[in-house]
Amino acid sequence: MGDILIKNVMLVDALGERGLADVLIGEGRILSLEGGEAQRVIEGKGRFLAPGFLDLHAHLREPGQEVKEDLATGLRAAVRGGYTDLVSMPNTNPPVDTPEAVRALRKKAQALGLARLHPAAALTQGQEGKTLTEAGLLKEAGAPLLTDDGHTNEDAGVLAAGLLGAAAFGLPVAVHAEDASLRRGGVMNDGPLADLLGLPGNPPEAEAARVARDLEVLRYALRRAQARPHLHVQHLSTKRALELVREAKRAGLPVTAEATPHHLTLTEEALRSFDPLFKVAPPLRTGEDVEALIEGLLDGTLDAIATDHAPHTQAEKEMDLLRAPFGIPSLEVAFPLLYTELYRKRGFPLKRLVELFTDGPRKVLGLPPLHLEVGAEASLVLLDPKEHPVDPKAFASKARFSPWAGWILEGWPVLTLVEGRIVHEALE
Amino acid sequence: MKHLLDFQGWTRAEVESLLDTARVMAEVLERPVKKVPALQGFTVATVFFEPSTRTRLSFELAARRMSADVVSFAAATSSLQKGESYKDTLLTLEAMGVDAYVIRADAAGVPHQATRWVRGAVINGGDGRRAHPTQALLDAYTLLEALGGLEGKKIAIVGDILHSRVARSNAELLPLLGAEVWGAGPPALLPQSLPGVRLTPRLDEALAEADAVMVLRLQKERMEAGLVNLEDYIAHYQVTEARLKKAKPEAPLLHPGPMNRDVELEGTLADSARSLVNRQVHNGVAVRMAVLYHLLVGRER
Ligand SMILES: [Zn+2]
Repeated sequence: MGDILIKNVMLVDALGERGLADVLIGEGRILSLEGGEAQRVIEGKGRFLAPGFLDLHAHLREPGQEVKEDLATGLRAAVRGGYTDLVSMPNTNPPVDTPEAVRALRKKAQALGLARLHPAAALTQGQEGKTLTEAGLLKEAGAPLLTDDGHTNEDAGVLAAGLLGAAAFGLPVAVHAEDASLRRGGVMNDGPLADLLGLPGNPPEAEAARVARDLEVLRYALRRAQARPHLHVQHLSTKRALELVREAKRAGLPVTAEATPHHLTLTEEALRSFDPLFKVAPPLRTGEDVEALIEGLLDGTLDAIATDHAPHTQAEKEMDLLRAPFGIPSLEVAFPLLYTELYRKRGFPLKRLVELFTDGPRKVLGLPPLHLEVGAEASLVLLDPKEHPVDPKAFASKARFSPWAGWILEGWPVLTLVEGRIVHEALE
Repeated sequence: MKHLLDFQGWTRAEVESLLDTARVMAEVLERPVKKVPALQGFTVATVFFEPSTRTRLSFELAARRMSADVVSFAAATSSLQKGESYKDTLLTLEAMGVDAYVIRADAAGVPHQATRWVRGAVINGGDGRRAHPTQALLDAYTLLEALGGLEGKKIAIVGDILHSRVARSNAELLPLLGAEVWGAGPPALLPQSLPGVRLTPRLDEALAEADAVMVLRLQKERMEAGLVNLEDYIAHYQVTEARLKKAKPEAPLLHPGPMNRDVELEGTLADSARSLVNRQVHNGVAVRMAVLYHLLVGRER
């Protein structure tokens, strides 16, 4: 006898849309796709089941800025968004740059019993870009990747050494690719609109210039390293930088990349409202960039959709555009947003979309694919095609504001399971 | 009009009606008793998150000349970082019964944000690099006084266009009144584009046959940020007697103040008969009276 039976549910994973099944779950695994006895029966009712999502890029603010978010609220937001696994960024206060800090976060997250936390560790001590952290020990402590996200790695030599060091332990190095000296005080995409609005611009070239440099650093590391280095480019936002990654991939360089829900659905035009809600780094770009990113999702230049969930307090986001912090919270809306905007409205293949939330990010971390098969780990999400408006007031995240507030979306996660255990339930 | 944030979406007729009212107000200011009861019972708040004594005094005087009550709030921007937010400040004033807010801030968009928080009329008293609409209105008023009309007139704006709210507001307003606007400055201080303005790094081109020249202040920070070299700026962009020969004879000079003498403008020119700087300040009160009048009279309270 199983624990849960989900009847008449449509299956979709990175392999494709796989028809209706009666999914029997027990012992933390999928026991059968053809039904059976279970303690609890859930009617599929036109919903579909996918493997649990993995977010490569979330800011949970613990330790140090729990007023913005903490592990409990962040991981609850994650499971509400269908995420069973999440990589937290190390730019906390203090930064996560020691094996002890990684272990402490994992232990605390495990006790919460929500989504599984994989705390990324800093590439450099204090994220200062100067002295490398201990890659091997961080890996043993459970860090899935190294990154100084939130800070840009200005010193190419340090990045090169970091790539070489991480390679020995099979760790990817993720980079926030923005040339800080070209970006200066930019708060929105640089161009005619920034000129009109009188806001300091962050040029798209600041991203492309840094990606170009980082790819050359990767080439160097690849030539020098005995083990294969892995560069992961975070939150790509521009057409040009995407082209650089595409060329590098074609040339066989070990590079992967992600894009965020906001860079896929919003443009710089949102800044006409002067609402700091739309202030994010890298900034929202032009429609042309958005189209290029969607093309990149389709052709494999982009490996994953990662949220860059960046919670802040309401008061901070009510400051002006120069002072308000960068960032948008999005764990709870990422999937329905892209399901609606890409799949429903534009016919983007559902199989590929699901892949970008599951096997795509798993591959970046070197994890095996997760498909809906007998014997597979029952980390799953049940998605409902019914329409609902985005209601930030109902967020589990402490950041209860959203650029998508009021948008009518479909594909909301109504049940999330981690190894067969229900961690989120919103069945009607 | 509900608020005065910038001139996006404004029509020529609206601007002309406002300037007509300013002419009436200017007459009031010529009377022995410079006060009318037009705004009796209204409360105007000057909310300055960035200090500017000149603009604040001009607005307060304008409000008082029309018998409005005036409250003023000034905050150091540093205190904003930690404590009270813009929103809290404005909601406090709202609770005290303020009808119009003149908001000045060092960041673009703060007055736009304010319209989402308060019911009263919001007047942009200068926001970052974005806009300084009452300055542009008083510039237009002063130019109309001096030139008779703006249709087909060539106005050259010289200096740091990129960081200038005055330039942006004039770039919106003057073309609306039929003027041809040119902007000249060093390439690092020019935007990529500004609708309605012909931008050039060549000062002579902008000054050629100009009917009036508006000189902008060069900020020290721009030099420190490595955007311009002072000697180079003075050599190539300072508006001098000699360079002004390219412009129409007697073409008047405007400057939003405060001025760096012998930096952006040759000192002797600043004091010459061509300079309309004091006229601009004088007209500022009448123009701001007109703005308050248009925003408050007939408004639902
Ligand atoms: Zn980042």
